[in-house]
Amino acid sequence: MTVALSIKQLSKTYNNGFQALKGIDFEVKEGDFFALLGPNGAGKSTTIGIICSLVNKTGGQVEVFGYDIDSDFPMAKKQLGVVPQEFNFNNFEKPLDILIHQAGYYGIPRKLAEERSEFYLKKLGLWDKRDTPSRNLSGGMKRRLMIARALIHEPKLLILDEPTAGVDIEMRRSMWAFLQEINAQGTTIILTTHYLEEAESLCKNIAIINHGVIAENTSMRTLLQKLHQMVFVIDVKTSLEHAPVLSGFDCVLVDKQTIEVVVQQSQSLNELFALLSEQQIEVASLRNKTNRLEELFVDLVAKPSA
Amino acid sequence: MNLTEQWIAFSTILSREIKRFMRIWMQTLLPPVITITLYFIIFGSLIGARIGEMGGFSYMEFVVPGLIMMAVITNSYSNVVSSFYGAKFQRFVEELLVSPTPNYIVLWGVVMGGVCRGLLVGLIVTIVATFFADLRVESPLLTITIVLMTSVLFSLAGFINAVFANSFDDISIVPTFVLTPLIYLGGVFYSTELLPEFWAGVSQLNPMLYIVNAFRHGVLGVSDINIELALIIVAGFTVVAYSYAMHLLNSGKRLRQ
Repeated sequence: MTVALSIKQLSKTYNNGFQALKGIDFEVKEGDFFALLGPNGAGKSTTIGIICSLVNKTGGQVEVFGYDIDSDFPMAKKQLGVVPQEFNFNNFEKPLDILIHQAGYYGIPRKLAEERSEFYLKKLGLWDKRDTPSRNLSGGMKRRLMIARALIHEPKLLILDEPTAGVDIEMRRSMWAFLQEINAQGTTIILTTHYLEEAESLCKNIAIINHGVIAENTSMRTLLQKLHQMVFVIDVKTSLEHAPVLSGFDCVLVDKQTIEVVVQQSQSLNELFALLSEQQIEVASLRNKTNRLEELFVDLVAKPSA
Repeated sequence: MNLTEQWIAFSTILSREIKRFMRIWMQTLLPPVITITLYFIIFGSLIGARIGEMGGFSYMEFVVPGLIMMAVITNSYSNVVSSFYGAKFQRFVEELLVSPTPNYIVLWGVVMGGVCRGLLVGLIVTIVATFFADLRVESPLLTITIVLMTSVLFSLAGFINAVFANSFDDISIVPTFVLTPLIYLGGVFYSTELLPEFWAGVSQLNPMLYIVNAFRHGVLGVSDINIELALIIVAGFTVVAYSYAMHLLNSGKRLRQ
């Protein structure tokens, strides 16, 4: 399968001596929905900055669909669309103008730029705001405008740096649906986010970066399998006076109709349900106490740096 | 990018720059025209009438070329410095930096935006000047050449200033403390023949003297300096400024982290 992004021994030391990246390697395959996660200051935005030429690397190599970002930068940049973490458009310009200008910077003729601008503004629910100065848009609209701008040249690789930060849940879900749609149509996506449920539900593969090194790089499924135990919160229809004794499971009574049960990787939910049924405890609903990826993430980033 | 794509990128940057200064014409076009018109009225018409001839021309005719050039210089410079620093400040310069547009296209697009504003203000001021003086152009080729070269040079200078600026204060320091004094002392309002020998010699070190006098020679046919030397000096400064601006873009200094 074609490699969409190849990063080899990438390093970055800032002028103040801070070593943000210590020679990282990872690859993203074409068609992937890839999560690049890490705590604040881990090196995610530096990595993205280097890929899209906003940060000068200290060492290493970056290729986008086989095009080196140094020796073949025009072709590498054509493959790439970036949605940065902070708003970086002209507040005085209108969304339609912002998109048409961006298309122009990629050499797209005016007529095609207008057609695509209309398509993406409609797709992202901004067509009615096309002539509104962008400073008057809401936070969610500004995020969607940056996504539309990143897509105007129809890149094969889209990088989103915390695209849903500060966006309400309804808008976040509609953005997820849109990203899944373009991913299904063939666009490779790299996502950084602090919402780990977002990464877990959207991404197929993952790299976790911490203190400038890759702490984990695997498939989401493989990573989640590393979770040794999960804590489930179970709402029951039966009123309980004390925590039920469930052989092999640790169980805590939260309130009369809620219990928390620890399920080890070797155990199954079927066993748990069987034990609850034996005691005539009827389950109303079941959920994870914390996001599964969050548990692993906290564990991985808590490790001391190399 | 192929040549067609590069042309589209260039025309996009240029049209964005023109739209910007046209959208805020109350800040960009009107003030310089009012200021220069006041110069015409006060220095040219009221005071100038008492001064008499200078360099064989009425004082009004003598100051008009210098004032037109002053408008071209300040507007070319301020357009690029404020536009590019604004793009840096709001970070939308990143739209260009992440795109495949070659750096020289970015530079020429921004610089030509400054040239367009400089020439437009210069043209308006020239039209206003016709109400005060009987303007004739002795050497159209020299006039157009020197005004274009000057406009490019000061647009490039504005770009360099914008790259180094860290605040809006930084973009007004050079126009206020460097450009304006050099222009005023560059023979806009007087001929260096009036100066004592020592100060006339010092004036030779002022590049504005060559620019103003070359333009005056194009319009009136008289000059305090050697025209070939003036063209060489302006061309030399332009080459140096262009090379340095390209170096800043290529290295990403103060633009990329």
